[in-house]
Amino acid sequence: MKVHITVNGESTDADVEPRLLLAHYLREVVGLRATNIGCDTTSCGACTVLVDGESVKSCTVLAAQADEREVVTLEGLSPGGDLHPMAAAFRAEHGLQCGFCTPGMVMAAVGLLRENPHPTEREVREGLEGNLCRCTGYHNIVRAVLVAAGQDPDAQQEQAIAADTQTTYPGFSTGSDA
Amino acid sequence: MIPVGFDYERPDSLDGALALLAEHGEDATVMAGGHSLLPVMKLRLAAPELIVDIGRLDELNHIRQDGDEIAIGAGTRHHDLEHSALLREQCPLLPAVARTVGDPQVRHRGTVGGSLAHADPASDLPAAVLALGGTVVMRSRRGERQCPVTAFYTGVFSTVKEPDELVVEIRVPRTGGAGWAYEKFTRRANDWAIVGVAVVDGRVGLVNMGPTPLRASATEAALAEGASIAEAAALADQATDPPADVTATAEYRRHLARLLTRRALTTAAGG
Repeated sequence: MKVHITVNGESTDADVEPRLLLAHYLREVVGLRATNIGCDTTSCGACTVLVDGESVKSCTVLAAQADEREVVTLEGLSPGGDLHPMAAAFRAEHGLQCGFCTPGMVMAAVGLLRENPHPTEREVREGLEGNLCRCTGYHNIVRAVLVAAGQDPDAQQEQAIAADTQTTYPGFSTGSDA
Repeated sequence: MIPVGFDYERPDSLDGALALLAEHGEDATVMAGGHSLLPVMKLRLAAPELIVDIGRLDELNHIRQDGDEIAIGAGTRHHDLEHSALLREQCPLLPAVARTVGDPQVRHRGTVGGSLAHADPASDLPAAVLALGGTVVMRSRRGERQCPVTAFYTGVFSTVKEPDELVVEIRVPRTGGAGWAYEKFTRRANDWAIVGVAVVDGRVGLVNMGPTPLRASATEAALAEGASIAEAAALADQATDPPADVTATAEYRRHLARLLTRRALTTAAGG
């Protein structure tokens, strides 16, 4: 089937099998390799991109579902080499170790700030719940997102430690106190 | 992982979708967000011949008040349930439960109709709609019918929905100021519930305590007869058939059901 997908502001057209996943479309048809495929099971978030401004896991979206949509990948954040504020914050705060999760982590963080421009430390952690860093470098990733949101990460993290015991327990997705 | 090849149709109207389902029957599988279906297709546990993509049908995307009920289009995403001002005011259990589904990326794609129709007993929303006493509206070219969610589930991943039928709407009562709570026990972020308990207005829905979502009927009856929360919660695992798997034994799930029911009832009572 024919798909027409705007990727990082540029039109792309291709005749693809319906079963082609968006992650493969981006990497193999368009040739943009920043989007990593990690778990391939909707768990790790390494393949996160924005579709019409919202974060999605591109290993669990068909290219056909992105037909006539606008997709942004990590490459599209910093056109011409001027680092996007989120990418700059990840660099400044050392928000990566091996770097494999980073493209998805940055895209999820950009999506998070679009919906919640001034998140608390806890809201950042919950907002990145769908992205795994197997280096376990979450501390600096959370700091980077707070910096990109124009906040003082030290003050935010001190507040979080003082006020919120649940971040150290499986407090994600527990519901009642939403 | 790559699914087995399939044909793909994206009808531009509900009538078009129903016509495709009427024509192709069991060979067709409906996809909305695809977040239950694509994972099982990638594992090749499902290999439909035809995917009918209903993900863009505006007719299935609404949340509106209708008398004493709120009507929710089957294509409404978890993200939209989570952020609906109407639901937060009139039926606050649903946004709170929707917020616990998967992670933000999943909630941007997954839909309430898809979650209910997929009938995974470990899913959050079916038990919440069960506790609410909601109704599933299904449509086919033969007509429309409404099914109380208490009669919708027939087993693991199975419902009374016929192959030519589409879940088009979920109807839930406005619960207003009635006490509610959702307790979900997981060991990892963005995971399925090992056990979940949804409470609203004295009704109790259980996640992952049997082949279908269940009501804790003994607990509800005890509460109606004036039992204390502790006494009623101690009955929460009666008439359940919890699975044993890598995350928990059946006995541990029974313990969790009793414990989480007590917590949820306490929260719902304002405690």
